[in-house]
Amino acid sequence: MRDFEYDAPKALTDTIDLLARNGDAARPLAGGTDLIDQVRTGRLKPDLVVDIKQLDELNVLDVSAAGLQLGAAVPCYRIYDDEQIRSNYSALADSTQIIGGVQIQSRASVGGNLCNSGPAADSIPALIALGATCLIAGPNGERELPVEKFCIGPGQNALQAGELLVELKFPAPPAHSGSHYRRFIPRNEMDIAVVGVGAAVTLDDAGETIVSARIALGAVGPTPIFAQAAGDLLAGKAATDENFTAAAEAAQAIATPIDDMRGTKEFRLHLVGVFTQRVLRQAVARARGEA
Amino acid sequence: MSSKRIVTCNINGRPEEFLCQSRQTLLEVLRDVLDMTGTKEGCSNGNCGACTVQFNGRPVDSCLVLAVEANGAEIETIESVAPAEGLDALQNAFLEEAALQCGICTPGFIIQARALLNENPNPTEEEIRFYLAGNLCRCTGYDKIVRAVQAAAQSRMASATT
Amino acid sequence: MATAEKKYKVIGTRPIRHDGVDKVTGRAKYGADLHLTGMLYGAILRSPHAHARIKSIDTSKAEALPGVRAVVTNADLPQIGSKIADLGEGMFNLQHISRIALACEKVTYKGHAVAAVAADNIHIAQEATALIEVDYEPLPHVMDVREAMRDDAPILHEDVRTEAFASATDEPGDQPTNIAKHFFHEKGNIEEGFSAAHLVLEREFTTATVHQGYIEPHNATALWNPDGQITVWTSTQGTFVVREQLSGLLQEPISKIKVVPMEIGGGFGGKIVAYLPPVAAILSKKSGRPVQLVMDRTEVLEATGPTPGSYMKVKIGVDSEGLITAADAYIAFEAGGFPGSPIPAASMTVFACYEIPNGRVNGYDVCVNKPATKAYRAPGATQAAFAVESVLDEIAEQLNIDPLELRLKNAAVEGTRRVDGVEFARIGMRETVEAIQQSDHWKSEIGDGARHIEGPAHYDDGNKRCGRGFAAGFWFNAGLKSAVTATVRTDGTVALLEGSTDIGGSRAGIAMQLAETLGITAEEVTPTVVDTDSIGYTDVTGGSRVTFATGWAAYEAALDIQRQMVKRAALIWDCNADDVCYEDGRIVGPADKSFTFGELAAQVHKTGEPIIGRGSSDHNTPGGAFAAHIVDVQVDLETGKVEILRFTAAQDVGTAIHPAYVEGQIQGAAVQGIGWALNEEYFFDDAGEMRNATFLDYRIPTCYDVPMIETILVEVPNPGHPYGVRGVGEVPIVPPPAAIANAIYAATGVRMPNLPISPPNLLHALLENK
Repeated sequence: MRDFEYDAPKALTDTIDLLARNGDAARPLAGGTDLIDQVRTGRLKPDLVVDIKQLDELNVLDVSAAGLQLGAAVPCYRIYDDEQIRSNYSALADSTQIIGGVQIQSRASVGGNLCNSGPAADSIPALIALGATCLIAGPNGERELPVEKFCIGPGQNALQAGELLVELKFPAPPAHSGSHYRRFIPRNEMDIAVVGVGAAVTLDDAGETIVSARIALGAVGPTPIFAQAAGDLLAGKAATDENFTAAAEAAQAIATPIDDMRGTKEFRLHLVGVFTQRVLRQAVARARGEA
Repeated sequence: MSSKRIVTCNINGRPEEFLCQSRQTLLEVLRDVLDMTGTKEGCSNGNCGACTVQFNGRPVDSCLVLAVEANGAEIETIESVAPAEGLDALQNAFLEEAALQCGICTPGFIIQARALLNENPNPTEEEIRFYLAGNLCRCTGYDKIVRAVQAAAQSRMASATT
Repeated sequence: MATAEKKYKVIGTRPIRHDGVDKVTGRAKYGADLHLTGMLYGAILRSPHAHARIKSIDTSKAEALPGVRAVVTNADLPQIGSKIADLGEGMFNLQHISRIALACEKVTYKGHAVAAVAADNIHIAQEATALIEVDYEPLPHVMDVREAMRDDAPILHEDVRTEAFASATDEPGDQPTNIAKHFFHEKGNIEEGFSAAHLVLEREFTTATVHQGYIEPHNATALWNPDGQITVWTSTQGTFVVREQLSGLLQEPISKIKVVPMEIGGGFGGKIVAYLPPVAAILSKKSGRPVQLVMDRTEVLEATGPTPGSYMKVKIGVDSEGLITAADAYIAFEAGGFPGSPIPAASMTVFACYEIPNGRVNGYDVCVNKPATKAYRAPGATQAAFAVESVLDEIAEQLNIDPLELRLKNAAVEGTRRVDGVEFARIGMRETVEAIQQSDHWKSEIGDGARHIEGPAHYDDGNKRCGRGFAAGFWFNAGLKSAVTATVRTDGTVALLEGSTDIGGSRAGIAMQLAETLGITAEEVTPTVVDTDSIGYTDVTGGSRVTFATGWAAYEAALDIQRQMVKRAALIWDCNADDVCYEDGRIVGPADKSFTFGELAAQVHKTGEPIIGRGSSDHNTPGGAFAAHIVDVQVDLETGKVEILRFTAAQDVGTAIHPAYVEGQIQGAAVQGIGWALNEEYFFDDAGEMRNATFLDYRIPTCYDVPMIETILVEVPNPGHPYGVRGVGEVPIVPPPAAIANAIYAATGVRMPNLPISPPNLLHALLENK
């Protein structure tokens, strides 16, 4: 493996300092399940690895009436083990439970999954569907960014030199809301998503009409895609299969899948349609308290 | 060349201190520096689980942990599973059920299964299968491994009540 | 469960394996666990090109890196001419092995080894390989077997001409070709056979390149001592064949070479060729230190021998009752970067399950720019069975005959002569198919006894259909040579030394046969697998031969011990040895005198020399094994995903020496077959580079992907073995892909003639079929 220095700062300010001074030569390390393999294979060539797991701000896991605060370094198992997250931010629990197997989930973080910015990342469609906001710290202070704007290309994101993702903030879920993330993989576990769909819906009090919906797609574009039009067309509509189909078609219309060894364009486009419907159905069932 | 670091941690209930480079994984240090070769390397990228160890109370792929991250950590490897006398229930079950053929995946499976049973003492067959999905075996087809975990669960529960 | 075997005391029981405690505690030493004083770590530089000429290699910068102790290329190996050696599971060209170990003049697949470095630690060794400068002249590459057979295909080896084998009569041409070998078998009159048929079906098939997928990567540690003695420690399926290869590649006599077996983490045929030992040896020679080389997963996938991808055409004619009148097969195998695919075996096994009055097989070994293929568990038979069993399934459907009845009508029996000319002795094809007919699974509805997936992969929605499929298969059992020595200890136990490296628990089965013969318990025998200086010549652990052949050698050693015990007792009792006999673990003499084995053993050192039994075997009366599998699948029509609901594997196992390990062989092979059917394949891009060379995207089944595998052990003892043993390890990988394809047809009405039946492929076919 490439030679590099390692540092484990205790304070966020020191971390930002290190990252700013070293620029591209430094990479933050949380769970390491992507980073270490990428350094080993030569895809990434850092001179300095900055371990961010000691930072309190990045280890926050707080569910309150105001919403969910999720530190960027919190590992998956802490997320899906949390009962409130399973109930109120279900799509997040769904995705963290299927990232790579139990051993990976002991270490991998959602923050890392987001910053790795893979087009097929499992957590990102869930984050988008749940309307998360990124809290970013840098040499010029803090800023916020809607999560759907974070990834800008395969493996590339909006972080500037010296910036670090600190936390993801989620709004409190309205009454009668439910969310779900599901992916298609050829085996039953351990695969990268061929297609991933995350959706969050809010129903009216009667549970019949969709008040609002957010749909996001993974593995069918250079970045995860916020299928805004597909979700918007459900607003005010009945939660029926016919309308789910319409939303699925809208989702297919903005997907831009490629042919690769995990699937063909045709296959992925077809699955976007199938999975958007399946995921919406499950999100609605959860919103109704049926699942 | 980066300087070597001193890492202090607790392995299998004993304090350990070792010298390593930042680029050495925990797996490499266990095997090549500490001569604890029970933990195996199969894939180098967290897909086969042959390198599974307990790290601060959680099963992890040690090929994806840097040794320097182990500073202050509590680590348990396959070498710690057997008690002072005899074998652990899982080890006995693997032998009795013939749940190993070449045996290379066995240490990883035992660490992972032990983590499962500590968390969920009476898992269903499907819960076992899901929890072990990160451990690959090419020899057994998993049938006898699942049966061994079920047998160990029974045996542990039986001795817990005595 | 095995049919009740009351005949034996030890055979048929399930003792704990002797090496078990070491394996469940992590104490067992596999090849990469070895640490020798002063040991260096090696790394290999590999070709980035699928096909290229090597114009020059400059190792000077690598040699100058601090911590590097030696750098080698093929130029450091003796330049040997083309030489064929019999390595047990087939003939190998030693020159090819030398060039696979380190490329000479050209590289013929991406990942082909080009140079190697030994250094103080693995990281320095890896850094050094990046400093080696190789000047390549890239050449056009060819990746598909049919394209490689065309006259205008890029040629891998200028000196290759098509060699004719068996009944083939080709004259080698004067133009270089990628078609290295042509096998031809013929029986009866194929044209008449097809004319007499009521129904003739001809279908084409393809299969993708698939790897054995053993969890332990290749390893070798070598020490070339100043006195010229070469010692290699390695995880291998054959210490003696490694010695043979080292001798041939290094041009050193075998007396100078000792191969020490470490425990081995899986092989399945892939750890017979010595990729690393010769390289480690010359690195050791150059550096004067022991050198260890261990592959990583990507190297294993890119540069060790997978099983061939294939193109096949099978034509079968039957009469109106379903009796086969003629069968014709065309099989082209991708040999990879060097000739030598398992096409001979495929050509012999393709129709072996059946009585074929008129038959013809054409088999081709074709070079392509992929890693050089090697044996994978019943090598070649799975591909061939996929084609034949799919065609028979279609015939059964068209004639409205039960698929099992169709097989039984045509089943090979004792006396059946195969298309390649070999006549079967007593075999169990009929009994195995009948066992399926009588099985609980066959008699149940689909859904009974089915796996219900729970957890994150479980969803009730989707449009799902279920179906059941059947397939049969055949594989040879090899005999070959084995040797053992067994020493009687004064505490009534026996130390058994043998040379068959243990990949699946075989040392227990060998010990059990010795114990049975002596009338002692399995626990009273301590088996150890020893090095090439410590035991007589023993052929590979492969070919489903170890329990048969090494077990037979152990049986002979036990008889030898019996004879010596009889003579010793006669000495003690001062009587004629003719009046003493060995029965049931006792030595019985005149006037009611007797010793138990243990009582006499206690007297051995007081009464004469140590008693050591010697046994060797070279028997070629192995039985041949038949398997019959049924599988229930569930297909999600909207995604092409296939779930295995229930799987039952019946097999004629001869005598199940240790039933748990026999079941284990069947279950493991069945799951490999499931992976082969549904997901495993090598993806190559336009540059001829494998895109999925890790376990992330080379997808073998996980625990969560399969149900329990039910096994039915049919015991038709092999009359050609003292305990009726048949080899069991390989045949169970033969039927699964065909059984699964047939089940998918039953579920969906769509025939899938190409492997793997991955979701995109199946969905595409389902959508086309609408």
